[in-house]
Amino acid sequence: MQWEIVIGLEVHTQLSTQSKIFSGASTAYGAEPNTQACVVDLALPGVLPVLNRGAVERAIKFGLSVGAKINSPSIFARKNYFYPDLPKGYQISQYELPVVAGGIIQIQVGDTIKSIRLTRAHLEEDAGKSLHEDFHGMSGIDLNRAGTPLLEIVSEPDLRSSAEAVAYAKTLHSLVRWIGICDGNMQEGSFRCDANVSVRPQGSKVLGTRCEIKNLNSFRFLEKAIDFEAGRQIEILEDGGSIRQETRLYDANKNETRTMRSKEDANDYRYFPDPDLLPLEISGEWINQLKDTLPELPEARRSRYMTAFGLSAYDAGVLTSSRELSDYFEETVWKLPVQAKLCANWVMGEINGQLNKEGIEITACPISPVQLAALLMRIGDGTISGKAAKTVFESMWHGELDQQVDAIIEEKGLKQLSDDGEIERLIDEVLAANAQQVADYRSGKQKAFNSLVGQVMKATKGKANPAQVNDILKKKLDV
Amino acid sequence: MFNASLKQLSVQLAEKKISSTELTSEFLKRINTINPGYNAFITVNEEASLAQAKIADEMIASGQASPLTGIPIAQKDIFCAKGWLTTCGSKMLSNFVSPYDAGVIERFNQVGAVNVGKTNMDEFAMGSSNETSFYGPVRNPWDVSAVAGGSSGGSACAVAARLAPAATGTDTGGSIRQPAALCGISGIKPTYGLVSRYGMIAFASSLDQGGPMAKSAEDLALLLNVMIGFDARDSTSLQRDREDYVRDLDKPLAGLRIGLPTEYFAKGMSKDVECAVEAALEEYRKLGARTVEVSLPNSQLSIPVYYVLAPAEASSNLSRFDGVRYGYRAKSYRDLGDMYRKSRAEGFGAEVRRRILIGTYVLSHGYYDAYYIKAQKLRRLIAQDFIEAYKQCDIIMGPTSPTVAFNLGEKSNDPIQMYLSDIYTCATSLSGLPGMSIPIGFGDKNRPVGLHVIGNYFMEAQMLNVAHQYQKVTDWHLRSPV
Repeated sequence: MQWEIVIGLEVHTQLSTQSKIFSGASTAYGAEPNTQACVVDLALPGVLPVLNRGAVERAIKFGLSVGAKINSPSIFARKNYFYPDLPKGYQISQYELPVVAGGIIQIQVGDTIKSIRLTRAHLEEDAGKSLHEDFHGMSGIDLNRAGTPLLEIVSEPDLRSSAEAVAYAKTLHSLVRWIGICDGNMQEGSFRCDANVSVRPQGSKVLGTRCEIKNLNSFRFLEKAIDFEAGRQIEILEDGGSIRQETRLYDANKNETRTMRSKEDANDYRYFPDPDLLPLEISGEWINQLKDTLPELPEARRSRYMTAFGLSAYDAGVLTSSRELSDYFEETVWKLPVQAKLCANWVMGEINGQLNKEGIEITACPISPVQLAALLMRIGDGTISGKAAKTVFESMWHGELDQQVDAIIEEKGLKQLSDDGEIERLIDEVLAANAQQVADYRSGKQKAFNSLVGQVMKATKGKANPAQVNDILKKKLDV
Repeated sequence: MFNASLKQLSVQLAEKKISSTELTSEFLKRINTINPGYNAFITVNEEASLAQAKIADEMIASGQASPLTGIPIAQKDIFCAKGWLTTCGSKMLSNFVSPYDAGVIERFNQVGAVNVGKTNMDEFAMGSSNETSFYGPVRNPWDVSAVAGGSSGGSACAVAARLAPAATGTDTGGSIRQPAALCGISGIKPTYGLVSRYGMIAFASSLDQGGPMAKSAEDLALLLNVMIGFDARDSTSLQRDREDYVRDLDKPLAGLRIGLPTEYFAKGMSKDVECAVEAALEEYRKLGARTVEVSLPNSQLSIPVYYVLAPAEASSNLSRFDGVRYGYRAKSYRDLGDMYRKSRAEGFGAEVRRRILIGTYVLSHGYYDAYYIKAQKLRRLIAQDFIEAYKQCDIIMGPTSPTVAFNLGEKSNDPIQMYLSDIYTCATSLSGLPGMSIPIGFGDKNRPVGLHVIGNYFMEAQMLNVAHQYQKVTDWHLRSPV
């Protein structure tokens, strides 16, 4: 039987506010345990939450960037459960009326673009951390993270493979960084995925029983966990078994998922509206103000690159995979708009390649977009060959000659011969010295032509423009 | 001195006839001497109180005094006060010294009022007799075999027994008004949102409201001037222009329309209470007011609605008391779950456990719509009744409590009977309206009777005026049991 994999993702993005969602304590990562937990975060008797406006703004920006509905009012609700790293005994979240409803995210797998529907995105607070090492049979609690603002983004079960899930997660990751609401740092837990995975016979309209996989803190783990989990479910079903709805934990070391808790053990969270927080009203005016602060979004840029610059869907996709890369390309192509494809190739090829090799970010690229454009301009106007340009690029990368393109070309003698008279003179010399090959060519041996081109290039020490050599040679031989 | 009004004390302080240090010492001495018979205080901290008195004296000397500067105030032990044991009447917090001040405490500190001690209360404000306190019941100073009422029983007793010139209370379903009535003092619960809930340990967040308890309406007005004000740390705090609650005290009452809800005068009220209420109304008629009959048809649902909503919120509010970070933790336990269960079972008393169980039940999957949602709908209907009634009257009156103070132990094994002692006050709380109780005489066994005065939203100044005019022509509020 052919099986179809059905996946929905829940992504927790940590919003990039300075202070926590319901208190004034700092959200900075990595401080000494419990030094960034104020009386509100510690849930001392009598303290109350006050909503951080910045967190709401980021949620609205997200909603606007995916074409979602911004609910007004939206309601904060208490999710009640006991755990030592949850100081109040409840998490303030949103339940029946989330701030963001619906929306669409377009993902690209290969050259195919697919729309993934969002169910909702809601604001909530993060819990603290339990530390089980170093306490000799006891557990330590660090509440620095308690109260950190999160936007939980929930997709519909529209994803059909681990590749699509990864593409979705990467697109979302890029988007939240693009609009500046999350730093996207996955090691520090700023972007965390849970995957709901089920399988069903190909063609079936009914969803299978799902399992939720937790703890997927890298795109690679997301892919591997889904593949493992789908395989596990298919195996059970093919053996005539049935899937138990449960929450499973992904173990990266063993590359497997295992039961964390079954549906029967699930908490009754007893959600109810938090009486300490009023319904969140969001005015149309506020929404419009935030709309004006949004940058051009990746989807808009991608289609502009395709229509205005004639780039392929693939190229446009790569160039809009992060705002920094896209901005770099924008600045380059702005100087050289007629050579957009050349700019794209160099940004995706030389620049990206070198950055990857050295493990540095594009924001730290030693060659600026203006300098890159200056180099590419010299290819465009025929001053240097593409091959020579790579030599110049290398020099620039290492900061030689103040990264002055023309000075480097001069210094290294990389200028192409473009003087017709000089090239003609050299061609005449070559023709005179290779009478046999001239005769061969004229008798119809095409190979001889290539050999003659090679001779001429050799005579010019590779500096001639091959296209120009071809032209002149042809003219002289075909008379 | 112990019977003086706040205004009189303020004048004596300003004229340097007495210092705050002397005044505070006198009250502390009185507390030490006679409080053991009443159990009105959980914590007395002479050193801290006298340190505050010293600051107040400096303020007075440097001309920075305002009406409450240097005046000792008893604080209900539900308000967090920095450096003070803050127990909320519970074993759970019997070791909790607050590292911060509640909004209300801050406001008193700013004007140089002196915290003269933390008063006893029903555990987590859950109770109507002060018998659920971990620290033992408060006794009614008019008759020590009777309850002081609750949950602000310690504060009511402290004012009645003249252990403090004034006190703070909190009211969720009647917790200021009922003990005020039972102890023969004045107390007001302002409109929900006027007094900051920051640092006031939460029982039922959508109902809890702090307010003053004192001998007279005039004193209450001075106290409200300090207690009311916007607090950005409480999202339900209302941002309104400052009011002077003293300003209308002397307005004549001619033409005032007093609404008398048919339902409050039907049945349930004991004869002695009814007589006292009728006499008070007659006094008002003499002052030029007239009474009109109004109807609050849904108010009979207020007890069941209250006992769904308040426990629901409480069950969640009290989850933070888990023995992990502060407060009581069981001595021995097997694992995390066992620690939670034992700490909470041992740290909370029976009434608190009962309400947590009720609240957990009504919020549970499958019951939420039938209880919580339905109660919320009824809550709106109950409030709507008042809005309708205020089309025909300016203010509403009735009994605060159906009976005078009952005996200690009389209702402690019958929660329903206990809950019914708030039958007249719950509806106001559910509606967010201001409510007040003033002493209007004595009933059975010579125990005090209170008149319940319910104002429209934000009409505290009018309520105080109405009470003050009555107190100008009567002397019930000046009677003291000791």
